[in-house]
Amino acid sequence: MASMSDLKKRRASISSTGQITKAMKLVSTVKLQKTRVKAEHSKPYFRFLYDTVTSIIASSPDASSPYLTRGVDGKIAVVAITSNRGLAGGYNNNIVKLVTSWDVPKEDLAIYAVGTKGRDGFIHRGYNVVSDMSELINAPMFLDALYLCQQLLDAFRAGEIREIYLAYTSFKNTMVQEPILLKLLPLQFDREEIEKKPTFSPMNYEPSEEEVLAQLIPQYMAGILHGAFIEAIASENAARMQAMDNATKNAEEMMEDLELEYNRARQSSITQELTEIIAGANAIS
Amino acid sequence: MAAGNTFHLRILSPERVFYEGDVSMLELTTTEGEIGIYAGHIPTTFVLSPGVMRIHERPDGSFVREAALHSGFIEVLPEEVHVIAEAVEWPEEIDLNRARVAQQRAERRLKRYNSGMNVMRTELALRRALVRIEVGEKR
Repeated sequence: MASMSDLKKRRASISSTGQITKAMKLVSTVKLQKTRVKAEHSKPYFRFLYDTVTSIIASSPDASSPYLTRGVDGKIAVVAITSNRGLAGGYNNNIVKLVTSWDVPKEDLAIYAVGTKGRDGFIHRGYNVVSDMSELINAPMFLDALYLCQQLLDAFRAGEIREIYLAYTSFKNTMVQEPILLKLLPLQFDREEIEKKPTFSPMNYEPSEEEVLAQLIPQYMAGILHGAFIEAIASENAARMQAMDNATKNAEEMMEDLELEYNRARQSSITQELTEIIAGANAIS
Repeated sequence: MAAGNTFHLRILSPERVFYEGDVSMLELTTTEGEIGIYAGHIPTTFVLSPGVMRIHERPDGSFVREAALHSGFIEVLPEEVHVIAEAVEWPEEIDLNRARVAQQRAERRLKRYNSGMNVMRTELALRRALVRIEVGEKR
């Protein structure tokens, strides 16, 4: 049986770990709420972009844009959104796993890493990380998304990449977050939904349909990216909240066990002392 | 539509709904030049370029609100006008010092580059800075 002082030390250490995890859980909860508010604010913008892009494509089916067709050669770009911090359960690892388990040879992939945890995971597994924008996930701004989007589209036009995918963790609710792989480019729209769209014909385009699309599509893609950043942050905080909740519960459980063990040790030491005293007293008298 | 000479305007930025209300005229800069939109404009989609946007809330020219509008597009529909901006700011939200630094930086960069995409981007950055300064100084 461990000695009383050992047990005391362990109790103190587990209790302080428990306090830390509890505090981290509270912090994640607050951050999650903040992110959800942000997500609510950026929703109308995205809805609008989507509506406009689809209505342009619906009203002018022959409008051409290089972004609507698949590139011939080049790699497949994957924007992998993870976080810069650990202790979030399987959050970061799930994204790495999602991409590595994809049946595309790793030589064909070009990783655009957002988040150091994912970046390190990919580098460790020998993937080609071409760009690292981990800094932006700390506080994503729309301009960051736009910048990343320009980078991707430049590479796309130069023929370095032929398709663009987005790997991020979708936020279902506080309990469930699902890592998903989403195709960004070439753009795909639901044909049926497009046909249902009311079209305002005749709609005019200044300077031209192509130019409007050329402005619109990067903005639309940046909108998707921005939305994904915010959703990923919400998922990260939800995942950390859960992980820290579990850790706190485990710490409490261990504390209970240790308390029991400590009391037993204390009791047995008292019993032993008593026997010794009584034995000593008996020997004298 | 109220009185037939106002239209409903909605300005969206990535972070929020920037403006919503009935206005009588809207002035802004497109890639084709500066335009003014009244009620009953023909349905058109324009590509925007950085410029000062003026929202005329009353037909007599009182209540004009200004904002710095940087790229995006505007969709004019029969009943409504939507501006979907990449970035848009009221004068009080503009950091003049930052805009001046950005102007300096862009001008220096322009001297270094000769042609290509970088020049285009830097020119855009310069125009954004200038628009910010113009709107911000009127505060």
